[in-house]
Amino acid sequence: MARVKFLCDADRCIECNACVTACKNEHEVPWGINRRRVVTINDGKPGERSVSMACMHCTDAPCAAVCPVSCFYTTADAVVLHSKDLCIGCGYCFYACPFGAPQYPKVGNFGSRGKMDKCTYCAGGPEEDFSTIEYEKYGRNRLAEGKLPLCAEMCSTKSLLAGDGEMIATIYKERVMKRGYGSGAWGWKTAYKETVAI
Amino acid sequence: MKAQLKTLVAALAILFASAMLPAAAQYNNFNPTKEAVQEDKLLQQLKEGDRLSGRITIPDPKAASLIQPQGQSWRDFHQNKLPTIGGVVLLGMLGALVLFFLVRGRIKVEHGFSGKTITRFASIDRFAHWITAGCFIILALSGLNVSFGRMVILPFFGAETFAMISGYGKLAHNYLAFPFMAGVALMFLLWVKDNIPNKLDLEWLKQGGGLFVKGKHPAAGRFNAGQKGVFWIVISGGAVMSVSGWFLLFPYQAPDGIAGLQLMTTVHAVLAVGFVAAMLAHAYIGSVGMEGAFDAMGTGEVDVNWAKEHHALWVAEEEAKARSVPRNSVPAE
Repeated sequence: MARVKFLCDADRCIECNACVTACKNEHEVPWGINRRRVVTINDGKPGERSVSMACMHCTDAPCAAVCPVSCFYTTADAVVLHSKDLCIGCGYCFYACPFGAPQYPKVGNFGSRGKMDKCTYCAGGPEEDFSTIEYEKYGRNRLAEGKLPLCAEMCSTKSLLAGDGEMIATIYKERVMKRGYGSGAWGWKTAYKETVAI
Repeated sequence: MKAQLKTLVAALAILFASAMLPAAAQYNNFNPTKEAVQEDKLLQQLKEGDRLSGRITIPDPKAASLIQPQGQSWRDFHQNKLPTIGGVVLLGMLGALVLFFLVRGRIKVEHGFSGKTITRFASIDRFAHWITAGCFIILALSGLNVSFGRMVILPFFGAETFAMISGYGKLAHNYLAFPFMAGVALMFLLWVKDNIPNKLDLEWLKQGGGLFVKGKHPAAGRFNAGQKGVFWIVISGGAVMSVSGWFLLFPYQAPDGIAGLQLMTTVHAVLAVGFVAAMLAHAYIGSVGMEGAFDAMGTGEVDVNWAKEHHALWVAEEEAKARSVPRNSVPAE
């Protein structure tokens, strides 16, 4: 099995937000929830870069570690998923996540956040593959269809890469060698305790 | 007229182009290799408490945070520090109480029950105590469950049942917080006048409250120094628990966003552990630990002998009060 990862080549990202839109549309994500977002660093200054960020599907995921009801699990492809049936909406994963991935459908006064929602790497959830209930709770299961996450597949500049970690790291390395610069594999050190050595 | 306009436009165009030239030249010299933002450098430059953030087009400013390394320290607190603190404090207190019981046994009413009673707590006092205590027990259990239940209880119940229990526990925790806060406020108003520390308390503390020596009862008013300690632990602890809990209930009112919430959970959890330990001791001495003590909060009537032993000055005061009401103020028929 592959160890799948996301890699955003920030030197290619043009902040078009197509990944954000694709994600929202593919999974019919409700208002207020953004499983993916694009953050622009040093906006308007020299060296400005935009980074598309979602759940990084960490090795030794902090969300899974702190969850009081142990609702997270890691698939054979190393995708971090969770069960909305078990989730009690306590917000602990949101405190622990370095990437701000966990989202809640409600504002959360009186602790009523609702069930946590986050990027599933287009891999659905614990329900049966392709079932209506899986789609309603977690969104499309593209991985089970043999496809990669839609955000990366439709990235117009191929800035956002998804797939086997080693393979996308190689692609990124080749790009950096060829063009002579790269702002780094954003989030890798935090999520995977390693970075792409060039 | 037309020609004049043409010349003007041409002149303007030249002026504009010449103004743009240096900028264009500068742009051509711009080296993205040198100038690009480097994640590594940014992470190294981050100061304690800082996060990597930028600008975002989503109308939610919270989403502008890209990486918050503090999440990892919060995880470390929750997974390592808190269980250590909780284990030492709670198990330590339980151990101490068991040891105390084994050594000292149940503290008896020395002169035996007299059969005569004196009113110690009116119904309003008991109402305030029990509404707070009842809420506290459920708050404590559900709080301990959300912090340690996964380690201690989950293996016995299985994921589904445990998640359901925890879900109800969370609901109870969120809503019972309000009567708890009201109870603490009411107790403060009812009892603060008798809980101001004074010289007697020093003497009481010097004698260890007579806890460790049989037959020794340092003089005390309505509340002795130990009870005053419990009172102030409940009031100040309750206040801090309420403020920190309030922000967790209304997360987007917390100052400093997620960093503020992380701080609030830390304060809430550490204080809670200490609070529970203190209340374990309080509950012990008010029930199993001392004969005759439970009646004070049970029926509100305590035995006169118990009262004289533990609160001699208070009994004297009450008796004086009773005497000052003229007897036979209503002439006998």
